[in-house]
Amino acid sequence: MNMQQAIKMTAAETALVDAYTAQIGDLPGDGAVLSLRDTLVHELRTAGLPTRRIESWHYTDLRTLLRAVPAADPSAFADRVEAVVPGSSVLAVRSGQADLKSLPKGVTARSYTESLLDGSAVVGLTVLGADDAIGRINGGLVRGGLEIAVAENVELEAPLEIQVVQSHGQAHTRFPVFFGAGAKATVIERHLSTNAEASFVSTVSDVTLAERADVIWIILQQQGLADTHLGQIRFDLGKDAKLHLFVINAGGKLVRQEIHGKASGEGADLTLRGINLLGGESHTDVTFTLSHDVPHTTSSEIIRNVVFDRAKGVFQGKILVAKDAQKTDAKMSCNTLLLSDDADFSAKPELEIFADDVQCGHGATVIDIDHTQLFYMLARGIPENKARAMLVNAFVAEIVEELEDDEELVEALEGIISAWLEKHA
Amino acid sequence: MLEIKNLHARIAEDGTEIIRGLNLTVKAGEVAAIMGPNGSGKSTLSYILSGREDYEVTEGDILYNGESILELDASERAAKGIFLAFQYPVEIPGVATMQFLKVAMNEQRKYRGEDELTTPEFMRRVKEAAAELKIAPEMLRRPLNVGFSGGEKKRAEILQMALLEPKLCVLDETDSGLDIDALKVVADGVNALRSPDRAVIVITHYQRLLDYIVPDTVHVLYKGQVIKSGDKTLAHELEAKGYADLIEAAA
Repeated sequence: MNMQQAIKMTAAETALVDAYTAQIGDLPGDGAVLSLRDTLVHELRTAGLPTRRIESWHYTDLRTLLRAVPAADPSAFADRVEAVVPGSSVLAVRSGQADLKSLPKGVTARSYTESLLDGSAVVGLTVLGADDAIGRINGGLVRGGLEIAVAENVELEAPLEIQVVQSHGQAHTRFPVFFGAGAKATVIERHLSTNAEASFVSTVSDVTLAERADVIWIILQQQGLADTHLGQIRFDLGKDAKLHLFVINAGGKLVRQEIHGKASGEGADLTLRGINLLGGESHTDVTFTLSHDVPHTTSSEIIRNVVFDRAKGVFQGKILVAKDAQKTDAKMSCNTLLLSDDADFSAKPELEIFADDVQCGHGATVIDIDHTQLFYMLARGIPENKARAMLVNAFVAEIVEELEDDEELVEALEGIISAWLEKHA
Repeated sequence: MLEIKNLHARIAEDGTEIIRGLNLTVKAGEVAAIMGPNGSGKSTLSYILSGREDYEVTEGDILYNGESILELDASERAAKGIFLAFQYPVEIPGVATMQFLKVAMNEQRKYRGEDELTTPEFMRRVKEAAAELKIAPEMLRRPLNVGFSGGEKKRAEILQMALLEPKLCVLDETDSGLDIDALKVVADGVNALRSPDRAVIVITHYQRLLDYIVPDTVHVLYKGQVIKSGDKTLAHELEAKGYADLIEAAA
C-alpha cells in the first residue's frame, strides 16, 4: 500500500515503537501472538500514523495531532472507582490484570492476558484494513483486558461495568464479549483518568450478539484533559439481535472512537446514540461504519454534539447497504450546538446503497443557544451558568431519556452530563 | 420602591436611542399603568428594568429600593424581586415545566440566603397556585410553554409570578391575545398579589385590562419619555380621545 521510502518518524511514532521495543520479552503472548505483534509494529513503523491524506482520517490527522506519547509504565493503572449505576458488577482492569471477583450468575470471564499467553487471542487480534491504526497500535501493545461471555437466555438484572482506570503512562486493553442467544444485558465500558497527567490509551471491544440477544452497551469516556484515547468497538449482530450502543465522550485531549458494525442476521437492529461534550483545546472524532449485509435489518443513529471553547469535533458516519440487503431501514442524524466562535465541528454522513428497495436518510444541523430562551430563564432568577447548562442539557437529554426502561441508568448518565456541563458552561 | 431618573437607553446592536430622559417613580403598594402608542418604548422599558442585555443605558439611573440595579444581571434582579411577565412567553423544549419552576424558585432562594424548598413543599405550593389560576396538572407536565395556547401561556406567567413572590411585577402587554374570560382569570391572579409591600407596573395599549386591574397611577410614554402622569381617569381620557392631543401638547 505504501511504496514510498521509509518516512522520518515523528516523536509520537518513535515513542510507540520504543514502547514496544522496551517491552519485548515482557508483553504477553505465545509465538503466534508475538509474531503478529512484530508484524503490526513493523507496519506502524513503515506506514507511520495516518494523515489527512487517508480518507478515513481526513479530519483527524493523527500524525500531526499526536505530539507525544508518554512512556509505558505497567504500574500506572489506578484504583477502581464507584460504579456509574449503584449495584452494578464492576470488572476492573488493573495493570492488565482483570479483577474477577464480582461476576453475576450466567457470566463467565477471564483475563485477556491469559488468552494472549495461550495464543487463543490471535484469531481476534486483527486489523480492519490498511488504515486501522487503532487496531494496529492496540494489537502491538495490548497487555490485558477481559474475555466475557453471557450465557444463552441469561438476563442480567444489574449492569456489568468494565472499568479501565488510568493515572498516567499507557494502557492497551481488549475486550472480546459474546452474548449468547436470547441473552439480555447492559454493559458500561468506562474509561477514565484519575489525574491531570498525560495518558495514552488504546482499547478495542469486539462484541458479538447471537440471535435474539438484546444488549445496551454504553461507552463512557471520561479521560483527563491531557489524555489521548483511541477506542474502537466492533460488533456483529445475529438474527433478530438488538444493540443499543451509546457513546458518551466527556473528556480527553485527543480522542478517536471508532464504531464498526455488521448487521449480519435478518431482523438485526442497531440503535446508535452519541453525545460528544467537547471543551478546551480537545479534538474528538467519532467514526462509524455499519454494513447492512442481509435483508430486513434496521438502524438508527443520532449524534448530538456540544462544543465549547476551541474544541474540535468530527463525526463520520457511513452506512453500507449490500446488494441483497433489501428492506433496510436506516436513519442517521448529527446535530451540533456550537457554543463559541472558535468551536468547530465537521460532520460527514455517507450512504452507500447497492440494494434498490430500502429506506435510508441522513441529516446534519448546527445551532447556537437561543438568546431569547436564555434571557427568559435569567429573568426568572436562574443564574446564567445554570441556565445555559439547562438549555444545553435539554439538547442532549432527549436521547438519554430513550433509555427510559432503566431509570437508574438514565439518572446516572444525566448526572454525568449535567456535572460536565456545569463545569464547562 | 422604583425610581427611574433621567434614563437614556439604546439598542446595543445598532445604537438606536429608544428611551430618552425617562423619569418615573413607583411606590410600594402602588399599581402603575404605563400606556402609550406603538413604538413609544413601553416594551423596551420592561426589558431594561429586567436586565436584557440587548439594550444599554447611556445616562441616568434606575434605583430599586434605593439602590442602583444597572450593574446587576437579569438573574440577580429577578432574585432581588423584579419579575417580568412576558408579552410573548418563551417556549423551551426539553425543559420540563416543573423542573423549571423548582430551579427558578430555589435559585432565587439560594441567592437570598434562604433554604431550598423541599420537594413536598414545592409540590404543595405549585398545586395551590395552579388551582387558583385554573391551570390543569397536564399543562405542568409538558415542556415549558411548549404547545400552550396564548391564554395558557399568560396564565403560566402569572403562575410563575405567584410562586416567585416578587416585589416589583412588570406586566408587559399581558392582555394581548387574551379573550375576556382568560383576561379575568389573569387579572384576578394579579389582583390577588396586590399588597402594601408590592408594586405592579402594568404596560398596556388599551384601557380594557385596567377595568380589571385598576391602577393607582397612569403614565403616558411617548418617544421614550413620560409626557403625562395622572390617576386612573387619565386612562379613560385616553380611551376616549386617543394620544394625539397629548402628543401635540408635549411637542
